[in-house]
Amino acid sequence: MSPSTLEKRSGQGHEHSHMNSNLDYENQYVSFWVDNQLLGVPVNSVQEVLNPQSIARTPKSRAEIAGLVNLRGQIVTALDLRRRLDLPPFESEEGSMNVVIRYKNEPFSLLVDEVGDVINVSRDLMKPIPQTLDSRWRDVTTGVFRLDERLFVILNIDAILTF
Amino acid sequence: MEDEIIQEFLAESWENLVRLDTEIVSLEQAPDDPNLIASIFRTIHTIKGTCGFIGLNRTGELAHATENVLGKMRDKQLPITVASISIVLKGIDGIKELLQALEATGEESTTDYSPLIKELNALSDSVEDASEEIPGLNQLPAGGTGFEEEASEPTPAPIPEPAAVIPEPTTPEPSTPPAEPTETAMTPQPVAPTSKPADAKPAPPAEAAEQGEGGSRKSVADLSIRVNVDVLDSLMNLVGELVLTRNQLLQLARTEEESKYSHSISHLNRVTTDLQEGVMKTRMQPIGNAWSKLPRLVRDLCQITGRNIDLDMSGSETELDRTVLDAIKDPLTHMVRNSADHGIELPQDRRAAGKPETGTIKLNAYHEGGHVIISINDDGAGINTDRVLQKAIQNELVSEAEAAKMTKNEILPLIFHPGFSTAEKVSSVSGRGVGMDVVRTAIEQIGGTVDLATELGKGTTVRIKIPLTLAIISALVVESGGECFAIPQLGVVELVRLESEDRRKIERIHQHEVFRLRDRLLPLIYLSDTLGLERSLSDDDDIYIVVVQVGDTQLGLIVSEVFDTEEIVVKPMGSLLKDVAIYQGTTILGDGRVIMILDVAGIASEFSGLNKAAQDHSGSDHDAEHSNDLTSLLLFDPGNQTTMAVPLSLVARLEEFPRDSIESSGNRLIVQYRGDLLPLQPVNEMNILDEGPDPQPVIVFSEGDCSMGLLVNEIQDILKDRLDIRMQSQRPGVLGTAIVNNCATDIIDTQHYISSIVPNWYDRKGAERKLEILVVDDSLFFRQLVTTALESNGYRVNAQSSAVKAVEIIEHGEKFDLIVSDIEMPMMDGFAFAEWVRARDDMKTIPMIALTSLSAKSDEEYGMRVGFNRFLKKFNAKQLIDTIEEIVRSRAVSGSGARAS
Repeated sequence: MSPSTLEKRSGQGHEHSHMNSNLDYENQYVSFWVDNQLLGVPVNSVQEVLNPQSIARTPKSRAEIAGLVNLRGQIVTALDLRRRLDLPPFESEEGSMNVVIRYKNEPFSLLVDEVGDVINVSRDLMKPIPQTLDSRWRDVTTGVFRLDERLFVILNIDAILTF
Repeated sequence: MEDEIIQEFLAESWENLVRLDTEIVSLEQAPDDPNLIASIFRTIHTIKGTCGFIGLNRTGELAHATENVLGKMRDKQLPITVASISIVLKGIDGIKELLQALEATGEESTTDYSPLIKELNALSDSVEDASEEIPGLNQLPAGGTGFEEEASEPTPAPIPEPAAVIPEPTTPEPSTPPAEPTETAMTPQPVAPTSKPADAKPAPPAEAAEQGEGGSRKSVADLSIRVNVDVLDSLMNLVGELVLTRNQLLQLARTEEESKYSHSISHLNRVTTDLQEGVMKTRMQPIGNAWSKLPRLVRDLCQITGRNIDLDMSGSETELDRTVLDAIKDPLTHMVRNSADHGIELPQDRRAAGKPETGTIKLNAYHEGGHVIISINDDGAGINTDRVLQKAIQNELVSEAEAAKMTKNEILPLIFHPGFSTAEKVSSVSGRGVGMDVVRTAIEQIGGTVDLATELGKGTTVRIKIPLTLAIISALVVESGGECFAIPQLGVVELVRLESEDRRKIERIHQHEVFRLRDRLLPLIYLSDTLGLERSLSDDDDIYIVVVQVGDTQLGLIVSEVFDTEEIVVKPMGSLLKDVAIYQGTTILGDGRVIMILDVAGIASEFSGLNKAAQDHSGSDHDAEHSNDLTSLLLFDPGNQTTMAVPLSLVARLEEFPRDSIESSGNRLIVQYRGDLLPLQPVNEMNILDEGPDPQPVIVFSEGDCSMGLLVNEIQDILKDRLDIRMQSQRPGVLGTAIVNNCATDIIDTQHYISSIVPNWYDRKGAERKLEILVVDDSLFFRQLVTTALESNGYRVNAQSSAVKAVEIIEHGEKFDLIVSDIEMPMMDGFAFAEWVRARDDMKTIPMIALTSLSAKSDEEYGMRVGFNRFLKKFNAKQLIDTIEEIVRSRAVSGSGARAS
């Protein structure tokens, strides 16, 4: 699948990942755009994808934390990926999409500009982060895939959520 | 099926074993209590029986051996000694290990317990033989004490030795010791005690009692059922969701007035509330459940460390939510362990210190306004703050320079610092690097607080305050900076609404805003400022002040809007938000919005300097009592670019007047103020009218109905520091010099200004007599203050800095007409001083006035009992003068000369 076929806002519904068999998902990544960069996380770490949600601010918390989201009665900490990656704020009327991941049994929502498709790439093709990539990205990524015309950067969830 | 039986068996056995530990320890203290031993015997007996029934042979064997020993104890054949109890405890520990293994694996463990069984059998058999065959060997039980010691020695001798006494050696086969045929027969009975209640077997009395117990247990069993906690937890979650849905519906019903559902909704509302309460109740457990392990723990500690400790527990029936209980179990154990290991001294040290050899640890729990208070008090050595400080310096928690300035109250909290442990040698018992910081974290995680008070040589008290429940609380929803927040109702004292025109009632002290609420200065905080949000309030908005209680102080949170009080379900905060101290949790409102629950204590701690100041202002100048404690001082520039200070507790108000409102009348300055004239006085004799700032800051002092204002150039700051006057001053108007904020600062003598501007302030009643008054106070500041007040009122004063010195001069023959004494003083306190005075023949009737910041009724009563005539609160000069006048007058009337001689 080439990135050009990625649907915009494909997260219109919920993309529930059924994790009965991890093997099938080993080579799949949920892709999303942040400041024109295609990023991804392993599909089995993703719980669901949500449209822009109303976010309750949490003053005095660290700046990367955008606030809290009510996900069917469960409270999810929303992380502003742009801030986390030191990127300029997202200017959009619709607001950010939520990629809800589960980490150490706690839900987090990564705020992204747009959600792309689930991308199948063999794990073996993953390359280390090129030296040319911004250093602040290197600490929070596990590797990159070279897709047709662009880099697909895989985030290291562990590092992203550790400050 | 069998699995189920085993689960049942395990659940019941654990319950019994937990009780057993406590009982056995009590047995050691009260060896003659037949009920106790019968109960212990029964428990083990039941376990043994059930084991036999479900085929747990190894466990059964061990239980049987233990039971035999207990049986002998019950029948008074075997004395109950520390050593024999220790062996029984070992047996019980073995049973626990086996049960644990069973629980974990579902199989009976194959660990070999035969040495332990032999040991137990040897003990029970030893008396058997002793009593039956060789009566002369009755001291053998005492030999049992030695037996245990031998057992711990590496030599393999111990088993053969008792075996040598009994030619027929220990009986390894579990179920049939020939001496006790009844036991074998009894074995299956406890398995189904209810199925064979009418078993007519001739049984010894204790067994009859057991049957009776079995019967009553049945009736209890009929009334209660065992429920898996998971079931309760999920029920609680469901109720939480239900409460949220109910809140949503209530909100809908409110918007739609004539809703046809309103009746049903209000019914739902009531039922939900009841259901919520009911489910909460199922989760309540007596705190004793968390305590049950402690007696055993303390007992074992005593054995290991050679201390003698009584554990005194009260309030164990106090109920707490299960989750709270779970959360405090470990911290509590840790603290009791701390008290036993670090707190209570060794017997010889205690004796040397003149204390009873046996130390006491008191554990107490009780309800107090939606919270449970648990206090752990020991009469041990107390915490040596010097050592704490040294350690803190060693561990680089504080620098030496900082340390030099720290007061006792500042040093103690260092104990809660991560990695802090004062134990000089790390023992196996406590001081394993984890320490009080873990305790505090655990308590604070559930919204509780820990306080520590200690007195060197006398002991330590830890006070834990925890919420009753964590799940659902009542909270006030407020808005500030455009966001909504919940404030737990427990912390809210009252709400004050200020309309825009009333907002000028908010006074400013330096940069801090305060509000005078019923004669209390309430420090104010804009919630939006604390939260780093923009102030959404404009100057002509009405505001709300949420008065909250934090510890002993109150403070006002300014918010722009107050909504309803709602029952909210507390949801834990995400891991990334845990370290934000101003939040206690999150919740979802009826409309689905997520909001943060504020932690009032966290908010206050950001403003601690200020809220303390207001507390002091409210009349308690307790801090000034001891020079090493902190006093709130108001710093100001008197007009010559220097800094002077005055204790905030003496200041009535701070005002600012436009320059042109200050008038000159004769040679004094006045200003019209609240329909009256306020006399003004510059600090320095300078022409402040021409040079002073506009508006003119004024510090107002009041006493009775007289007020005067001190003109100053600038109010600089309010801070807390030690008020320790290093140098007395000869200059009028200056009490002396103290080091404040690392600068030498003159402390102003307010009495001087008050009496200079209102000359007849003290003379109004005429001071015709020259009575001589003895003033005893260890604080120079208060000594000065009282002296000035008395002298300016025409009395002669002899001021002494300690009761000991006062005693000296009295013994030298000095005579006084009246004594004014502080209570809390080093070496000899005011109570002791009064007793000493009253014991003298020549001073039986001399009037004595206590002047103290102690305000407890009990202190006052005690003071009156030991000989004080009046108990006055520190410090109101007018009240003191009035009291003296009144005493003098009544003495004159009654004819008994005021002067005692």
